[in-house]
Order: sequence, then C-alpha cells, then structure tokens
Amino acid sequence: MIGRVPSVLHTPLMSGANAIHGVVIIGAIIVMGKAESDNYVALILGFLAVILGTLNVVGGFVVTDRMLGMFKKKKDK
Amino acid sequence: MQLLSIIYIISSVTFILGLKMLSNPATARKGNLIAAGGMSIAIIGTIFLYKDDTGNNLHNYGWIFGGIVIGGIAGTLAAKKVKMTAMPEMVSLFNGTGGACAALISIVEFDHIYKANTPSESTWFSDVVPLGHFLPIAAGAIIGSISFAGSIIAWGKLSGNVKDHSFKGQHIFNIILLLLAITSVAYAYDANMNFANIPFYITVLLALVYGVLFVLPIGGADMPVVISLLNSFTGVAAACGGFLYDNKVMLTGGILVGAAGTLLTILMCKAMNRSLLNVLVGSFGGSVKGEQQKTTGNYKEISINDAAITMSYSHKVIIVPGYGLAVAQAQHACHELEKILEDKGVEVKYAIHPVAGRMPGHMNVLLAEADVSYDKLLEMEQANEEFKSTDVVLILGANDVVNPAAKNDPASPIYGMPILEVEEAKLVIVNKRSMKPGYAGIENQLFFQPKTSMLFGDAKGVLQQLIAEVKTL
Repeated sequence: MIGRVPSVLHTPLMSGANAIHGVVIIGAIIVMGKAESDNYVALILGFLAVILGTLNVVGGFVVTDRMLGMFKKKKDK
Repeated sequence: MQLLSIIYIISSVTFILGLKMLSNPATARKGNLIAAGGMSIAIIGTIFLYKDDTGNNLHNYGWIFGGIVIGGIAGTLAAKKVKMTAMPEMVSLFNGTGGACAALISIVEFDHIYKANTPSESTWFSDVVPLGHFLPIAAGAIIGSISFAGSIIAWGKLSGNVKDHSFKGQHIFNIILLLLAITSVAYAYDANMNFANIPFYITVLLALVYGVLFVLPIGGADMPVVISLLNSFTGVAAACGGFLYDNKVMLTGGILVGAAGTLLTILMCKAMNRSLLNVLVGSFGGSVKGEQQKTTGNYKEISINDAAITMSYSHKVIIVPGYGLAVAQAQHACHELEKILEDKGVEVKYAIHPVAGRMPGHMNVLLAEADVSYDKLLEMEQANEEFKSTDVVLILGANDVVNPAAKNDPASPIYGMPILEVEEAKLVIVNKRSMKPGYAGIENQLFFQPKTSMLFGDAKGVLQQLIAEVKTL
C-alpha cells in the first residue's frame, strides 16, 4: 500500500500517520470516564492524557493539512 | 450489532482509506480530512456510547470535555502558527504527546489494579492480573515512554537546542538499559502486591532514559528517519491500549500506523541509501577520521557582481536549495531572483534532492510557500540529466547532497548516497555562510574543484544583493 510514494509526500504521510495514532486518546477517554470521583490519580493523569491525546490528534491533522495545502494549487499528477 | 462497534468499523476504514489516499498527491488532502472525520466520530461515539463490563456509560464528562477543549485549542494554535520550516519538529512533538498519552494510560491502569488490591503480603500480582491484561499495560508504558522521551529529544535536535552526544560503548549501554526496563516490569508482575509498584515505576523511568539515549547520538540530518521510527512506536503503543480495552478502533489505528510507519522508515532509508541500522548506530562510526579522503586545495571566491553577470547572461540556471535556505528564510528572495532572471530570458529551475533540508519534502514546502511554481522543481534523476546543459548551478545552503565523496570516497559516512551531479554544469556557485562543514560534519570536495566558486554570506542577504545587481544589468 505504501509501496511507491513520491518522496515529497514522505513528510505529510508521516504527519498523517502521526495524527492517526492519536486514536490512543480513546483509551484516555475510557480511563477518565471510568475513574471514580475520589481517585485523584486517575482523574489528574487521565485529564493530562486526554489533553495530550487531543494535541496529537488535532495538532497532527491540522499540521498535515497545512503541509498539503501548499501543494493544492500545483499538483496535477 | 452495537452502534459503537459500527462507528469503530467506519473509523477504522477511514484510517486505512485516509492513509492510502495520503500516498497519492491528488488525493492526499482529502485522505487527511477523511481520517480526521473518522477519528472525530470515534471520539464522540466513545464518549456517549461506551459501556464497560457492567454496562455503565462513561462519566466525568466535565473533565473529558475540558481536556479535549484545552488540547484542541492548544493543538490548533500550535499547528497553525508554526513556521513551515519547523514542521518536522512539530510532527515529532505531537508524536511525543501521543506516546505520553499511551504511557499515562498504562500508569493509571496499573495504579488502579494496585490500589484495588490493597497491598498485602499474601497477594501476588500475577494472581490478580492475567498475563494477557498485564502485557499491554507493560508494553504500553515502555513503548509510550520511549517514544515520548525520544520525540522530545528529536524535537530539540531539529530546533537546534540539542546537540549530538555519545559516549563509548553507548549502544551496549542502551541495550542493557532496555533489558533492565523489561526485567523490572517482569519482576513487578512476579512480585507480591506490596512491592509491585516500585519496579513498575522504575521501568517507566528506565524507558524514558532509554528514549533519550536512543536518539541523543543520532545526527540531525538523520532525524526524519528517527521520527518516522518513533511514529511507528507510538502506533504500537496505541495498539497496546487497544489490546488492553479490547477496543477495535485503537487496535486498527495503532497497528496501521505501526506498520505504515515502519515501511515509511525503510523507504526513507532507501532514499539515503543507508540501512536503518547504520542510521541508528552508525553515528559512532560515522565520523571516520584519518581514513577519509582529505579535502585539500584552494577554493575560489566569486563576487556578487560577477555572479550576477554570469547568471544573467546564461541560458539555463539551476538552483539547488538546502537547509541553509530554510534557516535564512530566504525562499522569497530566491523566488524573486528566479523571476528577475526569467525576465531576462534565463531558464531557471530547481533541483530537489530527496533528503535536502531536514525532512523529505522540506524544500518543496519551503519553495511552495514562496509561490515557486511546482513544475520548476526537478527531482534528482531529472536534474542529473539536465546539469550537463546548465550554465550555472547556484547552490543555496545545500552541502551533503552535492558532495562528490558520496561517489568517490568509500570511507565517507555518506558514501553510496545518490547526489546531485552539479559538477556536470559549466559553473557552480556555492552560497554558504562560511567554510564550516555541513550537517553530516564532513568536508566537501566540491568546493575545491576548478569549476566551483564560493559566494559567502547569509543566503537572504546574498540573494538580495544579487537581485539588486541583476536589476542594474
């Protein structure tokens, strides 16, 4: 599937894959969602994990889009 | 079938489809959007529809949404405001956040088990936690930590804050470190409840240190490969989370990125014509002293005036951009020069080496930002055909990609890497700030060759002076 990728797409592809592994945020949501209200470790670390996961997802997709936006006018291949 | 399961299947499909579309220029942007859409419904679906073993929904919505809002705003701001030339380090930073997220999940889950089984002398960890449940926790903690720590170092290297460091026997030390981390967590599993937590957290610590030491000795020029590898690590860490919760979308996403990331890493190595092992470990043998061909000789300098005249009266000029152009933020000036020369009837093109700059595609992005037309960019093979019919090659801050040692000197660290054959042209003008070696730290014989002249100075300043001169001609 990723056999013949033009080298110019290596970085956006890596960035896109980066965003996709942000799916780990689902785990963070589950952890947070199951935490009892007196379990501060779970609440605080879970909260941090959700923030970090979101950063991965949102940052990842936005950065990838920006990279690809640069090519939009020029690509005709 | 449950709605959430259906949503997860759809999301998984968007990931696969999105990634496939990302490998094709025409569909890349849409692919990214599709994957983002799939991610969004998976997240929303999980928040509202997830039911645990006892059939309860998730709660703590305030915390969850709060975290998402904070992360979302911070992520969007950071991603939108970062300079295009800092893209590679941003990818590394976001990769690190993913790794940290995975590690934290493992830590919380471990802590949950530990606390739930009030430490007692007679309970053994392995009695309470089946191996199948513990393994993803352990793996997620280790891999996530390595990925997080390594990504932060990679980010530091690319932003110029972190230098290369290595010490003798480091790769042995690293391997021992990793083995210790694994042993520690195995010990935790085998220990009795009272004592299981310390070895577990030692494991996390060791993994973090390993992550740092893993990346620290590798040169900045090789960072793209390292980041790609760390990317696949985080994918695997995400898959561990998927195993932990038997969550299909995490499993798919994680395994997909783990596999794709590995493939991409190998592809990048091929473009440099070096093996992955050589990239990761070869940095120690890289700076071969003594054996390497000595670069001696005199170099010539050319004045702005002469350079301007020569280029203006050429038929064809090819520009070779490199990291120096990015550092000087001179891409706009470069485009200006291109336009002025074209007004004078000179054909101007750009030769882009696959690993020029700090990332594959770095130069393309840089020039695209300056509105350079895409059809002026030549890939290496095309460029190498055209150099023989080129009057002047203007090298702007590129070094290793035009170093003939890659062809001639078997002792050189870059030996075997395909380069841009600029010496085929009639005249080569090299713009650098000084004679100091480039990123790979090796001398460049090109500078001492008869057809080459040096034009010292910051790329932006030099280009602006050239533009001014050409205008007067």
